[in-house]
Amino acid sequence: MAILVDENTKVMVQGIAGVEGKFHTEQMIKYGTKVVAGVDPAVKEKDFLGVPLFRTCREACATVKPDATVIFVPAPYAADAIYEAVAVGVKLVVVITEGVPVNDMIKAYAFTRSKGVRMIGPNCPGVISPDRCKIGIMPGHIHRKGNVGVISRSGTLTYEVVYSLVAAGLGQSTCIGIGGDPVIGSDFVDLLRMFKDDPETKGIVLIGEIGGNDEARAADYIQKELGKPVVAFIAGRTAPPERRMGHAGAIIGSAADTAAAKIEILEKAGVKIAAIPTDIGPLMAQSLKR
Amino acid sequence: MKIHEYQAKRVLSEYGVTIPQGEVAVTPEEAYAAAARLGAPVVVKAQVHAGGRGKAGGVKLARTPEEAKAAAMAILGMTIKGRTVRIVLVEKAVEIAREVYIGVIFDRAKKAHTIIASAEGGIEIEELARTAPDKILKETVEPTVGLQPYQIRNIVWGMGFTAPLDRPIFAMVANLYRAFAATDASLAEINPLVITKGGEVLACDGKFNFDDNGMFRQKKIAEFRDPGEEDPAEREAVDKKLNFIKLDGNIGCMVNGAGLAMATMDMIKHFGAEPANFLDIGGGAKAQQVKDALSIILREPKVKAIFINIFGGIVRCDLVAEGIIAAKKDLGFDRPVVIRLIGTNDAIARKMLNEEGFPTYDNMPEAARKAVEMTAGV
Repeated sequence: MAILVDENTKVMVQGIAGVEGKFHTEQMIKYGTKVVAGVDPAVKEKDFLGVPLFRTCREACATVKPDATVIFVPAPYAADAIYEAVAVGVKLVVVITEGVPVNDMIKAYAFTRSKGVRMIGPNCPGVISPDRCKIGIMPGHIHRKGNVGVISRSGTLTYEVVYSLVAAGLGQSTCIGIGGDPVIGSDFVDLLRMFKDDPETKGIVLIGEIGGNDEARAADYIQKELGKPVVAFIAGRTAPPERRMGHAGAIIGSAADTAAAKIEILEKAGVKIAAIPTDIGPLMAQSLKR
Repeated sequence: MKIHEYQAKRVLSEYGVTIPQGEVAVTPEEAYAAAARLGAPVVVKAQVHAGGRGKAGGVKLARTPEEAKAAAMAILGMTIKGRTVRIVLVEKAVEIAREVYIGVIFDRAKKAHTIIASAEGGIEIEELARTAPDKILKETVEPTVGLQPYQIRNIVWGMGFTAPLDRPIFAMVANLYRAFAATDASLAEINPLVITKGGEVLACDGKFNFDDNGMFRQKKIAEFRDPGEEDPAEREAVDKKLNFIKLDGNIGCMVNGAGLAMATMDMIKHFGAEPANFLDIGGGAKAQQVKDALSIILREPKVKAIFINIFGGIVRCDLVAEGIIAAKKDLGFDRPVVIRLIGTNDAIARKMLNEEGFPTYDNMPEAARKAVEMTAGV
């Protein structure tokens, strides 16, 4: 099971001709991901590490039928790449690119939703179902297959949390970096719904941060519908107001944006809060024992 | 990105929003000359990236050019919310018959642009949202459709305007939205929008914030960046492509990834100390960025210890180590450094660092505690 991706997921890579695209395609293949096509208007070779290369998604999809695409295209062209993938019928679009303008994303969000396409990111590390499929830039080797779902707005902090889970003897069903931007394709609630229906996932870790109301909406859903234990860490308790903390979406504009407000509302919903990220493993182990 | 009021008015004017006549001055003499040219009375307004200028005495009415010079003398050099005023805007004073508020924001929860208006102008919209939310008019713009005329009618008539004034107000709202959408703005405000006793409609104050991610295609807007409004260390960090924000504590932090950087600051606080900064060296950092980052941290005299926290995924720990060693050779460390690294090539990195006399940690809380201990009693 797991969610979003598994051992059968066929993956296309958009922006494969760049340094990042090449490096991470190689890493994904080594991890065992089924990379079936690479697309880049700049491709000159016929293939890369055995993956056939094309200039357009239309050319790529004439021969293969990818289930998912991962986008490494630079920010000015990222929205175009999203629309191109949707046009050929890809149903899962993972956008790694950082720095996409908000105005591009609000349109891409509305469009992908209207077409029933699931988008993850932008500005995210991607999705991994350990030992089955890795779509993105996370270090695969730190993960273990298991029963904990992870949803995070961060990159390296997620790796830290996965490390803590593994140290506590807990593997993961699927880990999703949803991205650090103010407009992202899928939020906590979207993915909590999927984890609710996944029998393999027994508990869920949420890694949130300052800014936005995703955590508050997640708290509401967890309390009313989820029925699985949740452990959370919220980054940015020491963040000053009105300053963007690296991620475009991590900014305190009002009281509801603060880490303290989010922690309070999640605790009220019965979520266990880790004071420091390394407490997540032990807290989840405890929650699953009950 | 933030810009000054006079710059915001230039943007508005370019999109057809009418503004009072005005000139920028950086000396009292220039303010005198501007007032003489414009014809007194004028308003002299501090240009600074901070709200609350009026309350701080940064806005003064002058009935003669001499008074404008005296007002500029008082305002230039004044400190408003920690920022020194270096520029004033001298503007022809207007006789106000009525004032309203119109603005456009990027509404994060709705993932769309929203027009906001209020029949009461010159107020703090956040304050009104708290005290009388029913007095605020809102129209959300459907992203794939764009702003529709009926939405502007809802706003204009909702504010109680009737013929003949409703037409120019309609144009103001339409033009404000055009300016907002075309410039990758995240906020655009006209507060107040003034109807003068002579029946003119003028944007008497304007504010714009922009989406940093959109600035690559907004060359004209990007040129409005005023480095004089930025902290020198933060300005250098921007130029070196590092995410750096100065804070008040005494433990300098260097971390890869924004989330982990925030979590590292939080952990320092958790163990009883305060971070001196937020610093994310980015997802693909190499030795040079590490050295640049350390040089920015070391320049702050308040820093008593440095905590380096790296989870190598894409970032290779050995390249980080190389940067730390280069920084030691070229800059010298006159303060203790606590290094925690784990992940890609961590064994090689630890060996390199240990040979240079740096102890290393792989456990984050243990390393954070050590950094806190080092500043205790300092």
